[in-house]
Formats: sequence, structure tokens, C-alpha cells
Amino acid sequence: MTVQASNLESEQLPDPSGAPEGDVSKLAGKSPTRLALGRFRRDKLSMVAFVVVALYILAALSAPFLVKFGVLDPTSFNQELTDPSTGGLPIGKLGGISWEHPLGVEPQTGRDVLSRVWYGLTFSLAIALTATILAIVFGAVLGIIAGFSGGWVDATIGRAIDLTLSFPSTLMLLALSSIGIQLMADILPGTFSDPLPNGAYVVFVLALFGWPGVARIIRGQVLSVREREFVDAAVLLGASRRRIYFKEILPNLWAPILVVFTLTMPAYISAEAALSYLNVGIKPPTPTLGNVLRSSINYSSADFIFFFTPAFLIMIIVVSFNLLGDGLRDALDPKTHR
Amino acid sequence: MSDRTSDELPVSAGMPNDDPRPRGEDPVDSDEIDYVAPLEAHAASVADPNAKPILEVRDLKMYFPVKSSGIIRRTIGQVQAVDGVSFQVPEGGSLGLVGESGCGKSTTGRLITRLYQPTGGTINFDGRDISKTSARQLKPLRREIQMIFQDPYTSLNPRHSVGSIIGAPLAIHKVVPRDKILPRVQELLDIVGLNPEHYNRYPHEFSGGQRQRIGIARALTLQPKVLVADEPVSALDVSIQAQVINLLQDVQREFNIAFLFVAHDLAVVRHFCPEIAVMYLGKIVEIADRETLYNRPNHPYTQALLSAVPDVKQAAVGGRRERIRLEGDVPSPINPPSGCRFRTRCPIAQEICARVEPPLLQIGQRHKVACHFAGELGKHPDRPVTAPLLGVDDTGAPDPGATPSPLAANEPGYSDTWYDLERKTMASA
Ligand SMILES: Nc1ncnc2c1ncn2[C@@H]1O[C@H](COP(=O)(O)OP(=O)(O)OP(=O)(O)O)[C@@H](O)[C@H]1O
Ligand code: SF4
Ligand SMILES: [Mg+2]
Repeated sequence: MTVQASNLESEQLPDPSGAPEGDVSKLAGKSPTRLALGRFRRDKLSMVAFVVVALYILAALSAPFLVKFGVLDPTSFNQELTDPSTGGLPIGKLGGISWEHPLGVEPQTGRDVLSRVWYGLTFSLAIALTATILAIVFGAVLGIIAGFSGGWVDATIGRAIDLTLSFPSTLMLLALSSIGIQLMADILPGTFSDPLPNGAYVVFVLALFGWPGVARIIRGQVLSVREREFVDAAVLLGASRRRIYFKEILPNLWAPILVVFTLTMPAYISAEAALSYLNVGIKPPTPTLGNVLRSSINYSSADFIFFFTPAFLIMIIVVSFNLLGDGLRDALDPKTHR
Repeated sequence: MSDRTSDELPVSAGMPNDDPRPRGEDPVDSDEIDYVAPLEAHAASVADPNAKPILEVRDLKMYFPVKSSGIIRRTIGQVQAVDGVSFQVPEGGSLGLVGESGCGKSTTGRLITRLYQPTGGTINFDGRDISKTSARQLKPLRREIQMIFQDPYTSLNPRHSVGSIIGAPLAIHKVVPRDKILPRVQELLDIVGLNPEHYNRYPHEFSGGQRQRIGIARALTLQPKVLVADEPVSALDVSIQAQVINLLQDVQREFNIAFLFVAHDLAVVRHFCPEIAVMYLGKIVEIADRETLYNRPNHPYTQALLSAVPDVKQAAVGGRRERIRLEGDVPSPINPPSGCRFRTRCPIAQEICARVEPPLLQIGQRHKVACHFAGELGKHPDRPVTAPLLGVDDTGAPDPGATPSPLAANEPGYSDTWYDLERKTMASA
């Protein structure tokens, strides 16, 4: 054996784990995922955002049960709590806050605001999540196909992306809303005014105009991963195309897909609100964050609490999701491929 | 190598146990490194004059199409990245390939490993032409020709553990049963000087030099006969470079591997390669054994490159100290200069250089140069030495009276007779 000890490098092995010398666990490597988790946990702001997002999801999931068991009551009218002489404003200070109604009641109808926004979280989450999943699945699949195959396939998908992105989507969606909702009502159970067809139309539109952005990002990622030398090394070792795609390239795409996911969610939560403001989407009495916001907008000065509650909630959720996405990107991205 | 049929790498049995370092620890030590001349650590490799060529490249060409942008992408030009390169690599020997950035060194390496399909020319490996072999038929060949990449940060998949990176070739080619992969991986880690217990670590947990060792282990896994090392140390600190080069020298001797060693300066290949080719814009401009190339370079480009190497003896550059600075940038390989491609930057260019391309002419036993005014620094002839051979006059215009000689053929290897520049006649050993 001619390899002498002099070959050993005088470089210090970077030890990101910070484990004490001689620790047995030191020998076991930390996978990039575990490392990213560690980095993420040390990032306080992202952890706060993560907790907020987790609470949001928990609240959204629990709302239907709370409604079922009568804890939340988003639809009952309590008109005795409003004062017709002031145009239906809630009786009492701060929008009628009381033990019964911790965030007060809705003007005119007297419905419980806490119940409405809480239950509204569920529908917002349902819409944003389905739309995000659809956009990501279609976008990622098409982006991966485009990036992998290149040539005319890539060119065709690229044109489709450009075409979709150049559509005046908001206008389209408004102009086609009644036809679209009717179409959804024909396919899905429910009538023209029921939540399901209305929500499905919003999901459809968000996903339809959302996938190209995802596809573009993922295609770029595939191209950049494909350029790295470890792919050439795999080719040289005689790896099959299958192996190269699934074992070498795909594992490097989960991180960007996850980041795109966490950054698309807040975009769609606010998009739902914006669409509700334009009167597209699920209509009252079924609450969504968007339609509660829409009905509150007229009371920005007369009933500030009612106006403030949904707007503030949307802001908190959107900001938290964005912080979470940024934190994930920072945690997943760094030196693993310097 | 006669015992290639054995699946075992014939090493590690004789590991010296007097190693003062506990091998189980991280390779951290306080070795003094010779910063003055880090590459002196091992004796220079010497050529075996009787070795057969294992790799013979003839008139190799790689033109990349340049596409127009827009929907209909037409080919509007060609990058002549490699344009008619011929050389031999002897069995267990090593050829250095040197040149500035963009001159086509990596492309040459990637052609030989068949990451690219050549536009023209042949690559003769162990007696058969592999330049047109299909991707499917290449698979068994992949075991014989491997590559070490330039960038240790992108050449290892960050999502795979070191064990699966080094073990991948064994799994792909099903060389050993699954449960034997790990012992082999550990053996290889040991050979390249890494802790065998670190097989389940991930690339980001290693430094650049250690990653390059992982890349070397991966390349060695299949026991190749030819290794293309594409600037294997240029991404590393100078202090680490020597160690990695020494490791390469060790594995070359141990496993009798032939190397094509790519580098962008002459200092790095000096100790590794008994024979060196200098490339400029896709062509070899000078190729010679180490002593000749360092002591008596005949091409103005080689002379300029050599003057930039700090520790070459002054005699090598004609006793002059100053560094020869090349004017201007490397021209685009899409539209290379006519005649001699170096003429836009050559300090001694004349009219003929723009008109006629200088052939790669053998001017010594193991020395070829492509220059109309070939000569040692300061002793370049006044008249083009190639003109009579090419059948042109001194300005490069066709000379009807002269008969071109067949000397200028672009053959790999050296012939027994050559053109003596001093006497202007054929000479032989
Ligand atoms: N896949 C490709 N498509 C088009 N042009 C290419 C491609 N690969 C290389 N080239 C071009 O071919 C020329 C030679 O490139 P190559 O990478 O072989 O140079 P090099 O000598 O290895 O340089 P460096 O020292 O920078 O690595 C360059 O002009 C480069 O732009
Ligand atoms: S052929 Fe002419 S231009 Fe080319 S290197 Fe020789 S002297 Fe210079
Ligand atoms: Mg290169």
C-alpha cells in the first residue's frame, strides 16, 4: 500500500452537528433533511411563523366539529343585539363585545363574529389548499417533464406557460364566473348558490392560472440540477435514465417544491379574499375569510372591531405563511450545494 | 494489469501499521506542508517507453451547434470547441492537457469518456473505436473509462450518503452482491485516505479536498483502465492540491491506471505527467515529453504559459526573467482566426500565419509543434520553417515550384523520423 499518511489532509473537518468529541452519534451522518430541520428549529422567527400556521390549520380543522356541537354558531341571527335606529349597528361598546360574543356581533344580522371568522378559516383553508395542491401537482409534473425532456416537449410546455401567464386572468375569471359556476353546479352536487360549486370555481381558476408559475420554477430547478456534475458522474457510471431521474435529480427537487408550496398557500388565501371582494366565491351565509371581510368593509369607521378582525386575521396568516416559506427556503437551500 | 479478473482491489492488505495517526479519527493533522513547492512531495512520474497506447485519439472534433433564439431554433453557427486533436495515452501512463480557460480541455475529456458524441474523429480504446458506440453499448465500457470532476461541490449528490455515492457503481453494474458493497466502500475510503467509518456521512460534512477524495474513490470503484482527471485540484487550496495529486499518483501506480490529466497551468501537471500537450482554441499546438516541453518549448504560446510558472528554472525560458504577457483575449471558438489560431496574440506572427494553418510537425524524437516559426525562445527563425514542406512561399502564397511533403499528417503518437529544424532535413534516432 503506497498511500501514506502524509496524504491525510490538514483540513479541519467541518462539524455542523457541534457534537462533543468522541460522541458515538458523530459517526452517523446527518442527512440534508435532518440538517435543514435543525437549522429551521434554530430560526426563531420561522418557528413563530410555524406555530401560527399550525394553530391556523388546527383551528380550521376543528371548526366544523365545534359548529356541529354547537360551540360555534356562525349562522344564527341575533337581531335583538343590533340597534335598528343606528342602521343595525351592534348594541354596546366595541361592536357588541360580550362573554357570549367575544368579538362582537355582525351589524344588521347579529351573527357571532368569532364563529364566522373561525368557521371562515375552514373554507379559506379548503379553497387555498386544494388550489395549491392542484397547481403544484400540475405545475411540478409539467415542469419536471419540460426540464427533463427538453426539445419540442419543453418548447410546447413553455409556450403553454407563456400563454396562460399572458391571459388577463382576473378579467376572465369575473367575466366567466356565472358560466363557470353553473358548469361546476352541473358537475358537482349543489346548486348555483351553494358553497361547493362556488368554491370549486375559485379553486379551478386559481389552479388554472397558478400552475404555470410553479412549472416555470420547477423547470428551472430541473435544469440547474441536471447541469451539476453528479449527473454526469451517474451517466459515466452507467446509470439508467430512470435511475438518474428518480435517484439523482428528483431527491433534489423536494425542497424547492416544498418552498413553492408554502409560498403559494398565502397567495391563494389572499386571492380568495380578493375574489370574494369581487363577489366571486362562496357566498354568505357560509362564511369564508374573504366574504366576512367583504361584508365588514362597509363598516370600517362605524364598527371598527368588525372591520378589523377578518382583515387582521388574513394578514397574520399570510405573513406567517410567507415567513415560514422563507424560513424553509433558508433552511433547505444553503451550503448543501454551494 | 494481469489480475483484473479479481474483484478484490489488491490493496489494504499491506497497510503500514506504523502510521502514527489513529486511523479512526478525523483526518486532522498538523503535517507541515511545503508551501514553497507543494508539488514536490512525491517523485515525478516517469514514462515507461515501451508501454502500448491504451487510448489513441485521432483527429477528434466536437462542434457544438449555436441555435438562434425564438420559436424556430435554427442552427446559426458552430462552437469549434475541439477541432482535430490527436494524441496517445500509454497504458498506465499519463498525458497532461494544458491550456487557458475555454480552449476545449474539458470537452476533450468529455469526448473520451463519451459524455459527448464526437462530431468527427476516432477514439481508439484498447483496440476498438468507441467514438460511435451507442449509449446502450457503452454501459460495459463505462467500467473502463472514468472521470474525476473539477468541482467537488457539484460532483457529489448532496442527497446521497458517501456510502451510496461510492457504492452506486457496484450496484449499477451488479459487480458484487448487495451485502458486499459496504466492505468494498470502506476499503475504497481507506485507499483514498478517509475514515472508513464515515460511509454514512453526507458530502456537506466534508471539506473540498475530502470531497475530491470521495470523487476519486467513486472513480476507482470499477477499477478503470483510463481516468480522465478534469482539473481535479484547481478548486482546492494550494496546500491541499499537493496531497490530492500525491493520492492520484499513488492510485495510478497501485492500479496501473492511465490518466488524461487536464489542467490550466503547467505547474500542476509537471510532476504528474511525463508527457504534456498544450491546447489553444481547440487544437494541440505543442506536445512533447516533460523535459523537452519545459526546457525547450518551441511554440510561442507554450513559452508564454511557461513564463507564468514561478518555479521553472530560468534556463527554461531562455535565461530571461520577465513574464511574457499575452495581449488580448482568447478569440471566440465560433469564429476562430484564419490560419494559425494563435496569431491574434502571437508576438512573432507574420503574413503566412494568417494564410496557412501551421501543421503539427514532429521536430524531435518526442516533440511536435504547430508553428511556422518554431524555435526556442529568442531563437525563432526569420523564415517560416514549414513553407517548403507545405508547398508555399514565405508569405504563405501557393508556390507552384514546391512539392508538399506528407509530414504534416495529423497522426497520434510519434514516428521514428522527424524534421530537424536546424538542418532542415529528416532525422532519426
Ligand atoms: N455543451 C456545450 N454547448 C456549447 N458550447 C460549449 C459546450 N461545452 C463547452 N462549450 C464551449 O466550448 C469551448 C470549450 O469549452 P471547455 O469547457 O472544453 O473549455 P475548458 O478548456 O475546459 O475551459 P475551462 O478551463 O474553463 O474548464 C468553450 O468556448 C465553451 O463555451
Ligand atoms: S504560426 Fe505564426 S502566429 Fe502561430 S504561433 Fe507560430 S508564429 Fe505565432
Ligand atoms: Mg474545463
